[in-house]
Amino acid sequence: MDNEAIATFIKTRFPEEIVASHILRNELTLIVKKEHIADVARFLKENKELEFNFLSDLCGVDRIATDGVFEVVYHLYSIHKNHRVRIKALVPSEEPSIPTVTDVWKTANWHERETYDMFGITFDGHPDLRKILTPDDFEGHPLRKDYPLDGRQPAKLRDIYRKGEA
Amino acid sequence: MTESATTTTTHLMTINMGPQHPSTHGVLRLLLELDGETITKAVPHVGFLHRGVEKLAEYRTYHQCIPLTDRLDYVAPFSNNLAYALTVEKLLGIEIPERAQHIRVLLCELTRITSHLLWLATHALDMGAMTVFFYCFREREAIYDIFEMVSGARMHLSYIRVGGVSRDLPGGFLEKIRTFVSEFPSRINEYETLLTDNPIWKKRTVGVGIISAEDAIDYGLSGPSLRGSGVNWDIRKSEPYSGYDKYHFTVPLGKNGDVYDRYRVRIEEMHQSNKIVHQALNILPKGDCIARIPNVTLPTKEDVETNMESMISHFKLITDGIHPPKGEVYASIEAPKGELGFYLVSDGSSRPYRLKIRPPSFVNLEALPKMVEGRLLPDVVATIGSLDIVLGEIDR
Repeated sequence: MDNEAIATFIKTRFPEEIVASHILRNELTLIVKKEHIADVARFLKENKELEFNFLSDLCGVDRIATDGVFEVVYHLYSIHKNHRVRIKALVPSEEPSIPTVTDVWKTANWHERETYDMFGITFDGHPDLRKILTPDDFEGHPLRKDYPLDGRQPAKLRDIYRKGEA
Repeated sequence: MTESATTTTTHLMTINMGPQHPSTHGVLRLLLELDGETITKAVPHVGFLHRGVEKLAEYRTYHQCIPLTDRLDYVAPFSNNLAYALTVEKLLGIEIPERAQHIRVLLCELTRITSHLLWLATHALDMGAMTVFFYCFREREAIYDIFEMVSGARMHLSYIRVGGVSRDLPGGFLEKIRTFVSEFPSRINEYETLLTDNPIWKKRTVGVGIISAEDAIDYGLSGPSLRGSGVNWDIRKSEPYSGYDKYHFTVPLGKNGDVYDRYRVRIEEMHQSNKIVHQALNILPKGDCIARIPNVTLPTKEDVETNMESMISHFKLITDGIHPPKGEVYASIEAPKGELGFYLVSDGSSRPYRLKIRPPSFVNLEALPKMVEGRLLPDVVATIGSLDIVLGEIDR
């Protein structure tokens, strides 16, 4: 199936849940209402025509300055059908949360932990939502745009980082 | 006998492996819960090498991000450069000259060989086969000399530019590769005589760290780690980039998804990469090594010295940078370790709005507990080795 066919196929199945779609550089992007992400994800994986069995990537994008939201972006691939799709869900910036897709693709586990760590987006129903890349006592979410490039950390952590420096 | 002597109590023991442990291939920390010598639970802890590459990239121009990508999978820096450049080129919608594409493929496959050599060397060393290490490093050294000739650096090449490569191949370069390519297959056979039918090696690897094809896909494994389980997916074949569709090579597959099959897959991949390098040498066309697009690609050194317009363009590109259109793209390549993808969001300015890296090692490592739980402690070392992880790209 080509991109237009995939877009039409998914939109026919989920007329309410898919908010928008566009194609840029031959890449299809679908925007999904966040509360339906798990249903749409399961359909995309299990449908015999689409068979998106491989979750390539899952990440967040900070759009607070322009739209007041975080985007959670899913890159899906089908190993058998050799096609790709990008799914996006918009998450409000106040107490951001979205349902997990860990029970659809197991690999989502660490990706969601990373997105939680970097943006502070919580994934409801995640089996083990802990920070993954930053230290345990790290404060803040470094990939948010309001986190400065030279962000400062509590004295205790700074001591660990800069041993010997005044 | 007293009661206490007849009833034995068992309790689980937690041991800490890493982050300073030679067989974790970097700074990986594993918390292992043991019942005797059997692992009941394994919890990987990562992030010790986190440098915030994705954050740094948001404060650099598109060209300044190239050296950052070198430091992801630092045993295969050229692949990282390539994946990043392809992403930016996709967003810009530009075409790359034939010669540059062939140079990219040539060096990319040499990089695959160095990466696999380092994997084989350390994987064998972890399990006590020391000779293999010395043999592999001998050949790796030869390739590093080749890299040094072309880019001036041995590890962090940064040889790729948006639109092509930084300069043309130096004189005597092709002869040097030709010598290497003709000798290398016999070297691989040397490694194989030490390992492939070695009963000790087989005892340590056959039936160890098994993952089924279905689980491997579900856990997002890619590259040789996925193909060891018999899943035929190689991005060079399924979504060819840089003209890989012009080359003849096969994708080796395993059957059982154990450490031994992943070993066989990578050994065979070195043969195939060698074949690709050989083909690239024979069909290398003449022409430009970087596209000539004003305000996007860097002009050549000659042009900068002789042509005023080129000098201005060069100055603007270095100080201000490229301004790609607004939008977002995802491009991925078959890196030595699996699918290496870059997701790039542009707001039209000269710096990426967001650059997300999809590192294969990060995802592959996630499946480690699945492979080792219920197995013995020494199998952990074998399994980590067979996943070929690099912490530089896991932690970013």
